[in-house]
Amino acid sequence: MNFYLELAIKMVVIFAMVPVTALVTGYAELKLSSHMQSRIGPYYAGVRWGWAQLIADGVKFLQKEDIIPDNADRPVFSLAPVMVMISTVAVFMVIPFGSSGYAIGRNVDMGIFYAMAISSVGTLGVLMAGWSSGNKYSLIGGLRAGGQLIAYELPLVLGVVGVIIQAGTLSMQGIVEAQIAQGWPFAFTQFVGLFLFLIAALAEMNRTPFDMPIAESELVTGFLTEYSGFRFLFFFLAEYANIFAYSAIAATLFLGGWGFWGVSAAWAGPFILVAKTFALSFVVIWFRWTFPRFREDQLQSLAWRWLVPLALANIAVTAILKVVI
Amino acid sequence: MNVDPMMHLADAAISLELETPEMTLNVGPQHPSTHGVLRLKARIDGERIIDVDPVIGYMHRGYEKLAEVRTYPQIIALLNRIDWVSGYANEIPFVVGAERLMEVEPPPRAQYIRLILTEMARIASHFLFMASYPMELGAASPFFFAFRERERVLDLIESVTGGRFHPNFNRVGGVKPAAGAGSTTKTVIQDLPAGFYAETRIAMDKVLAVCDELDDLIVGNEILHARTKGVGVMTAELAASYGVSGPNLRASGVEFDLRRTEDYLPYEDFDFWVPTGENGDCYDRYVMRVHEIRESAKMILAAIDGIPSGPIIAKVPKVIKLPKGEIYMRAESPKGEVGYYLVSEGGTGPYRLVVRTASFSNVSVLPVLLEGVLVPDLVAIFGSFDFVLGDVDR
Amino acid sequence: MTIGIGLLKGLWVTFSTMFTKPVTVMYPDVKEVPVDRARGVIALDEDACTSCMLCARQCPDWCIYIEGHKEEKPPSKPGGRPRNRAVLDRFDIDYALCMYCGICVEVCPFDALFWSPEYEYGELEMESLLHDKAKLGEWLQTVPEPPALEDR
Repeated sequence: MNFYLELAIKMVVIFAMVPVTALVTGYAELKLSSHMQSRIGPYYAGVRWGWAQLIADGVKFLQKEDIIPDNADRPVFSLAPVMVMISTVAVFMVIPFGSSGYAIGRNVDMGIFYAMAISSVGTLGVLMAGWSSGNKYSLIGGLRAGGQLIAYELPLVLGVVGVIIQAGTLSMQGIVEAQIAQGWPFAFTQFVGLFLFLIAALAEMNRTPFDMPIAESELVTGFLTEYSGFRFLFFFLAEYANIFAYSAIAATLFLGGWGFWGVSAAWAGPFILVAKTFALSFVVIWFRWTFPRFREDQLQSLAWRWLVPLALANIAVTAILKVVI
Repeated sequence: MNVDPMMHLADAAISLELETPEMTLNVGPQHPSTHGVLRLKARIDGERIIDVDPVIGYMHRGYEKLAEVRTYPQIIALLNRIDWVSGYANEIPFVVGAERLMEVEPPPRAQYIRLILTEMARIASHFLFMASYPMELGAASPFFFAFRERERVLDLIESVTGGRFHPNFNRVGGVKPAAGAGSTTKTVIQDLPAGFYAETRIAMDKVLAVCDELDDLIVGNEILHARTKGVGVMTAELAASYGVSGPNLRASGVEFDLRRTEDYLPYEDFDFWVPTGENGDCYDRYVMRVHEIRESAKMILAAIDGIPSGPIIAKVPKVIKLPKGEIYMRAESPKGEVGYYLVSEGGTGPYRLVVRTASFSNVSVLPVLLEGVLVPDLVAIFGSFDFVLGDVDR
Repeated sequence: MTIGIGLLKGLWVTFSTMFTKPVTVMYPDVKEVPVDRARGVIALDEDACTSCMLCARQCPDWCIYIEGHKEEKPPSKPGGRPRNRAVLDRFDIDYALCMYCGICVEVCPFDALFWSPEYEYGELEMESLLHDKAKLGEWLQTVPEPPALEDR
């Protein structure tokens, strides 16, 4: 069909999908974390099992008063949540949900490169939020976030390079097809890359054990302190959609994406990908509720002194083996 | 010119001193992790703290003035609110001091009941620490595990005394004898209720099991080791010079436990281990309390087996009047040394009561320890001291 | 900094807790029953009270307000002298001040005050927490039997 019509429909679908994934991931976090702590979690919202809890929370946030502190830098303050949300939504454009051309926003030839690049725009949003709030706690949180996010970009990207070498292509659809062609997912050979990607993704999402920027017990939510109402909702949705996005990228790169042994039906692709994504999201949620957080300097030394050399070694070994084998 | 390019690169250095002003960060009275309303005026340079000035007094309730116009039973009802986390342990030194002044010896059953309830208060207080300290470091789940077990201990205290946090069970001469003073309520003895021994055994077994579970979840965790080992090292001389007491002092290697040196409860009938640490860092302070929970649980199990029978209060007059005199009595509460200096002029109430609390001295060493550490360590260090603001400000 | 077995043990603890039954009590459909000695509210037996004022005097917060008057009763034997009886006009306890210490219950020489484990008496205003003798008398029904004691 017409290119522009197709593009418009895909954009509408993605803009609708992002809040839905955010709500589902958020609900999963609420319920999983409560059962890990021997309690029930949301129960009464939505007649039973509390599935409407986050929808109710969303409506509550929407009707709150829009408070901007006097000291805050108004244009930057208002723009920061938008930047974080945009960087999350843009990643969804290149995640392949199935084999046909309609199951992916646009099969960009350098899909993974685009995804890594656009997701780091979120760093700017966090720095803007921390700086413009006019609050010392936010400033500390924002600067910590800046340092952390820049430090963990490297292991994130380098962890992926191994997969790219092994697949021979940068496009996301091409990586999935390479895994289907060879019959086993890249996690078997690129387990170091998977490990690095998961840890770096946790740091990119500002989640425990790397949630120094938010650090509730010291900084009272860090760079998010002065945000309330609709703007906080943006950050909140962006965080949970980010979990889904990074898990989906990891599932595509390392776990085989929408392919599964013996399943060739076209409609099964999205379900398989979503299942793998939720498995990885569970791991992300599990880590958050079990571990304490790293201190800022320990976090930085972990990234620069351990993860980056490990990533470089992984690339070297992969490249050598690719040529040899 | 023979210039080796590698040597040139190695010698190049950017020497640029950036002038960064320091910032005053008010870790204010309202904060998620100061245990109450403690204000720390911290001057920080980037992430490093230059100095810290604690401001206390936001919770001053005037206990010493209140004690001047109250009678002895009324004061006992007020004292368990000083350190509300371990309610029972605050009443003990006052009541034992009053008994010493009056030269009344509580019967052995009353002393054993007091010991059981004090050790339960110790377990409750240390479980609260084990819940809140990992929360300050970022792990949110141990909070719920520890509070679940704390509920069991509080239920036991409630079944005996009627109150969870404020037992109000001590009387001069023993423990609370009867439900009232009328002809029928006089016969309702407030001894241990039926089923107490069985329930206590179950609860203490669960407490010991949960200590092992929390060991797996927290104490063995490498991230926690990285956050707390070597952080906030307090030498024994520093601790002793500031009057720090309790597990904080023992973590620095000083083997000093008032349960052994003061003779206020029959601790010598029990064989318990007083743990001491080696380094005096946050990790040692944490592990001290885990060991103390285990020792208290074992002591309670031994006390239940060996409790003597008999009356639960000695013969004392209805209206307590202490003779003229003064006494300072101290005891080992979960936070440290709690002492009461009681001056009596022979009335129904004291002439003067001075309250020496553990957390006040524990907090006074903070400015020394917090110099030059990073901001996240600020929270780790003062969290490991386990103070409560009611104890600091009285 | 090696990532080792301690982290995995921690993960196992939270994972296995996910499959145990939560300890939540679904209040208000299911209510926890407090123990018999729990100090909830103070109940008053109006007929037993003689307005001796001991409870009001001993209260650390002075939250009990008592007013009474004397009434004449017929003599116990015909031809004897008339006797007086104290009748309560007002016995209010201000639960906003009450410390729940129990000193009033303990010193009453006439068995007029009792503890009851009732805890659902919340109000929307502070003034409504001043309960009069009618309400205190109602709570007398909730006073449990004293629990049995341990054998040894």
